[in-house]
Amino acid sequence: MFHRFANPARFMAVAAMILPWMTALAAGLLLVGLYFALLASPADYQQGETVRIMYVHVPAAWMALFVYVAMAAASASFLIWRHPLADIFAQAAAPLGAAFTAAALITGSLWGKPMWGTWWVWDARLTSMLILLFLYLGYIALSQAFDNRERGARAAAVLALVGMINVPIIKFSVDWWNTLHQPASVIKMSGPAIDPSMLLPLLLMAAGMKAYFLVVVILRMRARLLSRRVQVLKLLAAET
Amino acid sequence: MRAFVAVMKRDLRLSVRQGADAATGLMFFIVVVALFPLAIGPDPAILGPISGGVLMVTALLAATLSFDRLFQQDFDDGTLEQLLLSPLPVEFLVLAKCLGHWLTTGLPMIILAPILGLLLNLPAVALGVMLLALGLTTVTLSLLGAIAAALTIGARRGGILVALLVLPLAVPVLIFGVGAIDAAVSMGSSRPHLLLLGAAAAVAAALAPWATAAALRQAMT
Amino acid sequence: MDHFLDMGGYAYFVWPAYGVVALLLLVFAVQAWHELRRQQAELTALERLGLGRRRDRQADRQDGSGGHDESEA
Repeated sequence: MFHRFANPARFMAVAAMILPWMTALAAGLLLVGLYFALLASPADYQQGETVRIMYVHVPAAWMALFVYVAMAAASASFLIWRHPLADIFAQAAAPLGAAFTAAALITGSLWGKPMWGTWWVWDARLTSMLILLFLYLGYIALSQAFDNRERGARAAAVLALVGMINVPIIKFSVDWWNTLHQPASVIKMSGPAIDPSMLLPLLLMAAGMKAYFLVVVILRMRARLLSRRVQVLKLLAAET
Repeated sequence: MRAFVAVMKRDLRLSVRQGADAATGLMFFIVVVALFPLAIGPDPAILGPISGGVLMVTALLAATLSFDRLFQQDFDDGTLEQLLLSPLPVEFLVLAKCLGHWLTTGLPMIILAPILGLLLNLPAVALGVMLLALGLTTVTLSLLGAIAAALTIGARRGGILVALLVLPLAVPVLIFGVGAIDAAVSMGSSRPHLLLLGAAAAVAAALAPWATAAALRQAMT
Repeated sequence: MDHFLDMGGYAYFVWPAYGVVALLLLVFAVQAWHELRRQQAELTALERLGLGRRRDRQADRQDGSGGHDESEA
């Protein structure tokens, strides 16, 4: 199905068509999600109102992982099938993924202060997120480190795949490390079962962020395609 | 096989003749380790428990400094292109290079490590485990470093970029390695840590040459 | 209303969390939109110079991104 969109011209046309709808969808989902997250859901009996931080923290963390997997998949299709849009997608998505990771870390810290009494604990999940942020930053730095765009795109694609293989290993090692240095009196963030009244805002916010991601990634990809074109035209102008 | 040995020997000879490069990395290792007691204080009760972590992190940083030697020079003088044209599969070429790199950076660090452990008041019981853990960690680092070094050929700010790429990837070996030493220090069993470390080294040995070869081919086109 | 803003005494944690996420999302959206408009403007300017349209085919072959994007025009 993907090679139907491999033609940049067709991608531009399809993207232009779905963009307004996707924007409306993202805005709608996020607004309704906010309503449920802030007003129409109960406070947690243990954590009180701070549980509302979960409705932005958890979707941001999900997005952080989702974007990395999507980036790695796009990088694979770029390296294997030379898909001409895949590298543009991966590079357009990376800063967004890094932003979601940073958002998950900051909201996690803001949640941790009232719950744990400190801004930061070396909790397994927070630590994995921190390393994921480093992986994103390395990817972005590498993709911009070359004068030749194509070379940067390929090197970054290989790095995304190497990182993808490493992510589960890092996750495992951090969990392992965490059980060795179990900090005392940590309140578990996830209960055994989550109440439906909490699940609804969580899913709405998650869907809203995903739609938002699609909107912005399409905008960024279009800008990148246009900038390529502008550069070609400038070269032509210089020749004549 | 002969080509494999030849590539490795060439790297070893080069690093002996330009001894300064390899020696600088070792000096860095020693100097940074010596900084810790100066910063934290000379109390053996504090230094002993953290000595494993200090040695491991410092070895990681010292190794990171040496990765740009791996391919960049060969790329600049055109040798790399010649090597890639040789009948030796690129994956084996990478392995030979990694082995050469380990022999000139990892091995000297392991030889120095007992003395530095002494300076940091590392308990004598943990010495054997420390050497084994350091050995496995540096082998894995040489393999991971090869990927990053190949990816950054011709990049701006290559050296610092290599560090940024390698350090997050090296988190698992750091955790397992320090875990093994800490377990030995506290008289626990280092076995599970060392097994995991060995597994990490084996995975790296299987996959890293392949990824590095892909990166080298990308860099050449 | 005050009760809502107070967030059970945790206002200092809940609102910054939502604020940071909102700010990040907003900054990225505006930046992407801005960048797209900038590139579109530059392309239009180049086309007005008589480039582009006339050389469409040649340009397409070189950069692989054919077609124009007039949806926002």
